[in-house]
Amino acid sequence: MTLDPHLVPLQLGGETLMLDGRGAVWWPERSTLIVADLHLAKAEAFAAQGRFLPPYDSRATLARLVELINAHRPDHVVSLGDGFHRRDGYDRLDAADRQQLDALGLVTRWTWLSGNHDPDAPNGHGASAPELQLGRLHLRHLPTPHPGQAEIAGHLHPKAALRVRGRRLARPCFVTDGQRLLLPALGTFTGGLDVWAPAIAGLFAGPFDVLLCGRDGRLRQLPGSRLEGARRVKVRQGGT
Amino acid sequence: MSDPSPLLPPAFAQWFAQRGWQLRRHQAEVLAAAEAGASALVIAPTGGGKTLAGFLPTLVRLHQRPREGLHTLYISPLKALATDIARNLEAPVGEMGLDVRIETRTGDTPQNRRQRQRQRPPHILLTTPESLALLLAYPDAAAFFAGLQRVVLDELHALVPNKRGQLLGLGIARLRRLAPGLQVVGLSATVAEPERLLAWLSTPEQPARLIQGDDGAEPSIEVLIAGGHMPWSGHFGVYAADDLYARIKRQRLTLIFTNTRSQAEIIFQALWRLNEDALPIGLHHGSLEIGQRRKVEAAMAAGRLKAVVCTSSLDLGIDWGDVDLVVQVGAPKGASRLLQRIGRANHRLDEPSKALLVPGNRFEVLECMAAIEAIAAHALDGEVQHERCLDVLAQHLVGTACAGPFDADDLYAEVSTAGGYQGLSRQDFDDVLAFVATGGYALATYERYRKLQQGPDGLWRLTDGRLARQWRMNVGVIQDAPMLKVRLGRRVVGEVEEMFAATLTPGDTFVFSGRVLTFEAIRETDMFCRLADSGAEPKVPNYGGTRLPLSTHLAARVRGWLAHPERWPQLPAPVREWLACQVDRSELPNDDELLVECFPRNGRWFVVVYAFAGWNAHQTLGMLLTRRLERRGAGPLGFVGTDHALAVWSLRPVDDVASLFSVDILGDDLEEWMAESSLLKRTFRQVATIAGLIERRQPGQEKTGRQMTVSSDLIYDVLRKHEPQHVLLRATRADAAVGLLDIRRLADLLVGVQGKIRVRHLARVSPLAVPVMVNIGRENVAGSALDDLLDEAVDDLVAEAMGPRLAA
Repeated sequence: MTLDPHLVPLQLGGETLMLDGRGAVWWPERSTLIVADLHLAKAEAFAAQGRFLPPYDSRATLARLVELINAHRPDHVVSLGDGFHRRDGYDRLDAADRQQLDALGLVTRWTWLSGNHDPDAPNGHGASAPELQLGRLHLRHLPTPHPGQAEIAGHLHPKAALRVRGRRLARPCFVTDGQRLLLPALGTFTGGLDVWAPAIAGLFAGPFDVLLCGRDGRLRQLPGSRLEGARRVKVRQGGT
Repeated sequence: MSDPSPLLPPAFAQWFAQRGWQLRRHQAEVLAAAEAGASALVIAPTGGGKTLAGFLPTLVRLHQRPREGLHTLYISPLKALATDIARNLEAPVGEMGLDVRIETRTGDTPQNRRQRQRQRPPHILLTTPESLALLLAYPDAAAFFAGLQRVVLDELHALVPNKRGQLLGLGIARLRRLAPGLQVVGLSATVAEPERLLAWLSTPEQPARLIQGDDGAEPSIEVLIAGGHMPWSGHFGVYAADDLYARIKRQRLTLIFTNTRSQAEIIFQALWRLNEDALPIGLHHGSLEIGQRRKVEAAMAAGRLKAVVCTSSLDLGIDWGDVDLVVQVGAPKGASRLLQRIGRANHRLDEPSKALLVPGNRFEVLECMAAIEAIAAHALDGEVQHERCLDVLAQHLVGTACAGPFDADDLYAEVSTAGGYQGLSRQDFDDVLAFVATGGYALATYERYRKLQQGPDGLWRLTDGRLARQWRMNVGVIQDAPMLKVRLGRRVVGEVEEMFAATLTPGDTFVFSGRVLTFEAIRETDMFCRLADSGAEPKVPNYGGTRLPLSTHLAARVRGWLAHPERWPQLPAPVREWLACQVDRSELPNDDELLVECFPRNGRWFVVVYAFAGWNAHQTLGMLLTRRLERRGAGPLGFVGTDHALAVWSLRPVDDVASLFSVDILGDDLEEWMAESSLLKRTFRQVATIAGLIERRQPGQEKTGRQMTVSSDLIYDVLRKHEPQHVLLRATRADAAVGLLDIRRLADLLVGVQGKIRVRHLARVSPLAVPVMVNIGRENVAGSALDDLLDEAVDDLVAEAMGPRLAA
């Protein structure tokens, strides 16, 4: 095994995955790269409403994808849904960005799972599916409350904050309890939901681990109890 | 002087006489300027009859030649001031039986009255810069303002330096276009550089006259040295509470100014602990619930209070009650601010205003002495000014388009004469226009969504009427920090910044509204608290806002006091002893050298710099020095700054200390730090909001906010990477240079001291270093990047789990 500083191994439902601090899952045994919530062409969607956000978000997101694909050379890339911010996102992409995405479609096989923003995969761009079973794992956009088997999901854009020397640091993160793995959003203009929000914390019956993606692309692993907001949740639970 | 001005009609002269008043010289000069059709700047101290001077020409004119329609527009920075002026004008209008209608129009004016005002405007409309911008954006603005004769701008000195002044300047330029020959009269307190205000008011065709009111009596200011005692650090002046309380008892109404809200809370508490006589002492600051503030103001006006502890919340505006003593707790920070505050006492020109300064520590004694000296010398602080703000211009361009189609060349000509925009380049104007139209990105992908379209007639117009509504929702440049409601059970007792709340952990105690509260939880926009157990020490006494920077001018005067021992006899004994001891152990900073002391303490190596550049600039310098020391392998551990000095400490001693301060420190290190700095991101958020790129947060909108908005930090990162010269980033850098970073001040400092750095190697800490050293541990920020901090959090954990083996 290589000593890639970006990677941290994880056992999930009996499969061995590598979490990549740049915001993706690398599954060596199946040569599969898993990414979530790319939200391509999001700035365009805002521009249509009169807010001219810099039209470089897709470019930046694609650059991250290129880096990940170059690093792992996957045979298969799975997008866990919300690959595009809008259903017609592919057509709204800038011509250069569209070419870039087309090129990525030529170097590897793609599966686009349906998200709530983009129920359909872009035309002629690999397969699309509502969900996907790979090995002992179930891949889907929306996490299920009581999955029968281990799952990998997106949708929630998890983010965690901690306090170090008086400074509050918030970063996108992976969340897992060994049975479920939530991916951070890879898209450039994607906000995050704090891991203590009921939508995330409520998914896990027991303790869970959080792996923060540093700006340097490396992961920092912390138990949930160490994060900001942990005590707040306890106070509330104790009170009711 | 029975007939001071031939321009005053008999009815007016009689009214003055009935009141036992005489027309003042500056009032006569304003009348003369109006007669000549000239604009004017009136500079007079409070109590000088300035407001009446502003309105006199309007009243005279309407008396001599009654007419319908809007004649005069009055604009003030405060809604409350507009309302108050309307009330004050009723006296002359009513008593002289003038047929003049006066109305206010602010954000609080009901919709039906606003509509009626547009159909049947009053003679005099009193309003704010924001309401003016909204009025100008109506399609009927040209007709509405066509007959306007005069504009009166109150508290102009408070508006011009900031972005509201920029918005106002653009609005005035528009008014001048709609109502040719318009007279603009600015009313201002005494300022350091009146010519800047004068230039702001003038156009090439219509230069404004400067009209100086007579000075009032010189204020009488003393420094309170409580019981001969003087603390080494702190700004709270609590040690002086006993003496302060005794003074309050003797006065009619005392106004106690502090520099921060936490300071106000602490002094308020300290006074109430002493309050055996149950004197009615009130509290007034920006975090308190608005109803509570109104109650305090009303009680002041009714003479039911003995003292009010306040912040800058009472700096401007209405005079509540008969204040006969002003107290400044903590350093005055600037001579102009102090003078403004002192002006809140005693509004009769011929009697001196009385003021008492309560320094919080030894350095602040020097600052108080310096301020008194500056006021006596009539030397005020120059103010850094926002100029040619491109974000405000972007807002104005859309507003102009809301009113109707415009020609770009004409609008550029108009804007480049506006106050604050003189010298605007055509390139900047065109870039802002492109930004407004399509985002102005090199990657021109938004053509199909364009907001402004140039028609075949060459005029620019809005592409969609709905954009005007969007613009109206976001108008204005005041940036309110996101606030949380402080709830005690079900009751809302006030608001705090979200930023402050984020620093608390449940169970933390803090002082709010005179009570110690325990923080319990945040839910949405509410911060739930309960009363802390009695006798609980607040863990976090500090909340609220901006630090007032020490003015450059006052800093120079503080240095002057240090460098000239012959003046020390005027100083209180503890301060004299402290300075004498410094001479004995080390030396004093002099007028033109930079004193740097180096000494070991508790196994650390300290470098203390007496730069007198203000807290903001010292923060920046601390950050830069830390980076430098890191590269040199000195192992820097932290730094702490005050307004006067900066201390940096490291694991290993520092060689060649003087070279640390070479000017190139402002090069790459600064660029790199600024790029990472959260200050720049915060500035970008403000710029992007004003320019209309991101939506202003509306109350009640927070819930859906997450889905609807993209974090401005993300936008900033992407823009900086892909289009670093974009107009919004240019605007951000310009703002940061003015407001937040004091870069210019730092640059001036470093350039000035090259070759003149005095390094003293000492065996131990010097007396002068103590006030800055005692701050260590209170704010300990290292120059490390975010990832290092993350690693440190992990290391802590590992150390916890693995025990001393790893720690060794």
